[in-house]
Amino acid sequence: MRSVNEHINQSAQSEQNYNFAYLDEQTKRMIRRAILKGIAIPGYQVAFQGREMPMPYGWGTGGIMLSASILGPKDCFKVIDQGADDTTNAVSIRQFFEKVCDIEVTQKTANASVIQTRHRIPEHSLVEGQILVFQVPIPEPLRFIEPRETRTKKMHAYSDYGSMQVKLYEDIVQYGHIATSYAYPVIVHGRYLMDPSPIPKFDNPKLHMSPALLVFGAGREKRIYCIPPYTDVKSLDFEDHPFSIQQWDQACAQCGSHDSFLDEVLIDDQGGRMFVCSDTDFCQQRQGNSND
Amino acid sequence: MYVAVKGGEKAIAASHALQAKKRRGDTKLNEISIHQIEQQLSLAVDRVMTEGGIYDRQLAALALKQACGDQVEAIFLVRAYRTTLAHIASCEPLDCAKMLVERRISAIYKDLPGGQQLGASFDYNHRLLDFSLMAESEPSNEYPIKANELEDEQVFTKVFSLLEQQGLAKSEQSREPSEEPLTTSQSFPYSRVERLAQLTRSDEGFLLALAYSTQRGYGRNHPFAGEIRTGFMELELEAEELGFSICIGQIQVTECEMVNGFVKPEQEQAHFTRGYGLSLGAAERKAMAIALIDRSLQASDYGEAIDGPAQDEEFVLAHGDNVEAAGFVSHLKLPHYVDFQAELELIRKMRNTKDTL
Repeated sequence: MRSVNEHINQSAQSEQNYNFAYLDEQTKRMIRRAILKGIAIPGYQVAFQGREMPMPYGWGTGGIMLSASILGPKDCFKVIDQGADDTTNAVSIRQFFEKVCDIEVTQKTANASVIQTRHRIPEHSLVEGQILVFQVPIPEPLRFIEPRETRTKKMHAYSDYGSMQVKLYEDIVQYGHIATSYAYPVIVHGRYLMDPSPIPKFDNPKLHMSPALLVFGAGREKRIYCIPPYTDVKSLDFEDHPFSIQQWDQACAQCGSHDSFLDEVLIDDQGGRMFVCSDTDFCQQRQGNSND
Repeated sequence: MYVAVKGGEKAIAASHALQAKKRRGDTKLNEISIHQIEQQLSLAVDRVMTEGGIYDRQLAALALKQACGDQVEAIFLVRAYRTTLAHIASCEPLDCAKMLVERRISAIYKDLPGGQQLGASFDYNHRLLDFSLMAESEPSNEYPIKANELEDEQVFTKVFSLLEQQGLAKSEQSREPSEEPLTTSQSFPYSRVERLAQLTRSDEGFLLALAYSTQRGYGRNHPFAGEIRTGFMELELEAEELGFSICIGQIQVTECEMVNGFVKPEQEQAHFTRGYGLSLGAAERKAMAIALIDRSLQASDYGEAIDGPAQDEEFVLAHGDNVEAAGFVSHLKLPHYVDFQAELELIRKMRNTKDTL
C-alpha cells in the first residue's frame, strides 16, 4: 500500500497525459491475470472488474481493455471491423491506441503482433506469437436459452449443454438446416461450450488448432475467455447434419478469390449486386496493392 | 466500378466538427458557462454526479455542456474520466445522523424532534410555467452565496433511530466491512452494500419505473416515507501516516429511508422492514426510487414470493446502468455487414430448399 503522498505525487505527474494505453498499470495487471486464468481454463468465462472506457459499451470496450493490457511499446497493432481496416469504428479504435500508446499500426495481417477484431478472423493464416483479440457482445452461449447468469453458471459447471443441442435439432426439424449462421457455438478442448463472438460460422474452422493465441473480451458483461494456441475447437453438429460453412457461387469481384468470406454490395436500385472480400487486407494483397 | 467505402477517418472528423458547431449554437448569443450550469442547472449536475460516480460539480457541469445537455452522454463522459483516476484511499463510512440538514421531512409522524423542515423543494408548487423567467435578470446581490452557507443548518435525530428505540424496526449493521473499494464484476448474488452502490449509479428513469411498478402491485411492499433528508456531510479520511481521521471536505447527499410492511419472525416480535436509498446532491426522486427497490430486492430475505420485475436482482442490476444500456443499444448503429451476409446466405439457402415449403 502506497502512502497518500505518493499517490498524489504520481497523479500530479501523470495529469498532463494518460498512462500508456490509457489504463493504469494495476488495472492492466488485473486484466492480464484474468487472461492467464482464461488460458489455463480454455473456453471458461473469467469475471473481471471491467472499467468504463472512453468509448461506449457495445463498441468494443472488452477488446479495447484486453488490447490496452497486452500491448507494449514494440507491438505492431491492427484493428478490423467486419474484416476491414477502414470501417469507421476500426478507424476510431486504431486512432485511440495511436493517441494513447504511440505504437506502430498496420493494415497487414502478417505484420501485426496484436490484431483486434470485430466479427471476423482474417483470411491470411495467423502464426505463432500473434494474438487475436475479439470484441464480444454477449459472452454467454446459453444466454438466449437461459437468461439468468446464476443458472447458466451451473449449466457450465455440470457441462449441461443438452439444451443447445436441442435448439440446433429444432432448427433442423423446422427449417431443414441448423439456422445459426454466426456466433455459432463451439466446444473448446472437449469441455466448455463457448460463443466465438458474432463471427460468421465460415470462420469457425480457423479457431481449431490456431497457432495464434485467441482472447475474447466482453466489456459490458465483464468477462474474458481464451483459446490457447493449438487447442481443439469443435463446432456443434450432428452425425447426419455435419457442420458446414457458407459458400458463394460468385468469386470476389475485385480479386477473384473463391475461398474468402464475401460481402454483398448493392450497386443500383434495380437489384444489381456484387460480391467483394470482407477482408480488405487479403483482397488488396491479392490485387498486388500494398496497404502500408 | 464500386469500391468499398473509404474515407471513414475524414467522415468521423467532419461529424465531430459539426457536433461541436451544434453544441455552440448561434454564436451571436453568449456561450453558457460552466459556473452558470453548476449554479442554475444544479439538479442536472446532481444527477450527473450521482450516476457518473464522481462528486465534482464542475466536472459534471463541464460534461453537461460538452454533451449538449444530454444527461446520459454527460454521465458517460464522467464515468470514462473516472476510470483514469487512481483510487487513493477509502473514506470512513458516512454517518448520516451527523448530517447538517437543509431539508428533512417525515411522512409517518406529524411532528417529531426537530420538526419538519421543508428546505428547497418543488413540492406543493403549482406547475404553472413562470413566464417572468423569460426575462433575463442582471447579476445582483439578491441571493448572494454566504461565506459559510452551513451555519444555519443543524443536526436532526434520525426518524429510524426513534423506531429502533421502540423495537419497531431492526437496526442495520454493515454486514460486510471491506477495505477494498466497491467494484462490480457482476457475479450474482450481490451483497446489499454492492447492490446499493450499483443502484445509486443506475439510471433514474429505469429505477423510477421499477419503483412505481411495486406500488402498482408487481411486488408490493407497503412503503411509508419514514424520512427523507438532504444536507451536508463531512468526509473523513484516516491517513496511515497520521493515525487519526481528518476531514477532507464536505459533500451534499440525499438520503431516503422507507418504512415497509412488517414481518413476524418466529421467536421474535413483529417489526417493520426498511428500504434505504442514497444519492449525491439533492437527487430526491432517485433516493426514493432506490429505497423502494432496495426493499423489493430483499424479498428473498423475508421469504416473499418473487413475482415482480423489481424483486428480481439479476433483472434489476444487470439492466439498470444507463452507460451500459445506452452503449449496447447504440452499438446497433455499427456495421453488421458480415453477420447480415451470413443470414442472407442462410435465408436464400432455405428458400431454395423445396422440402421446407
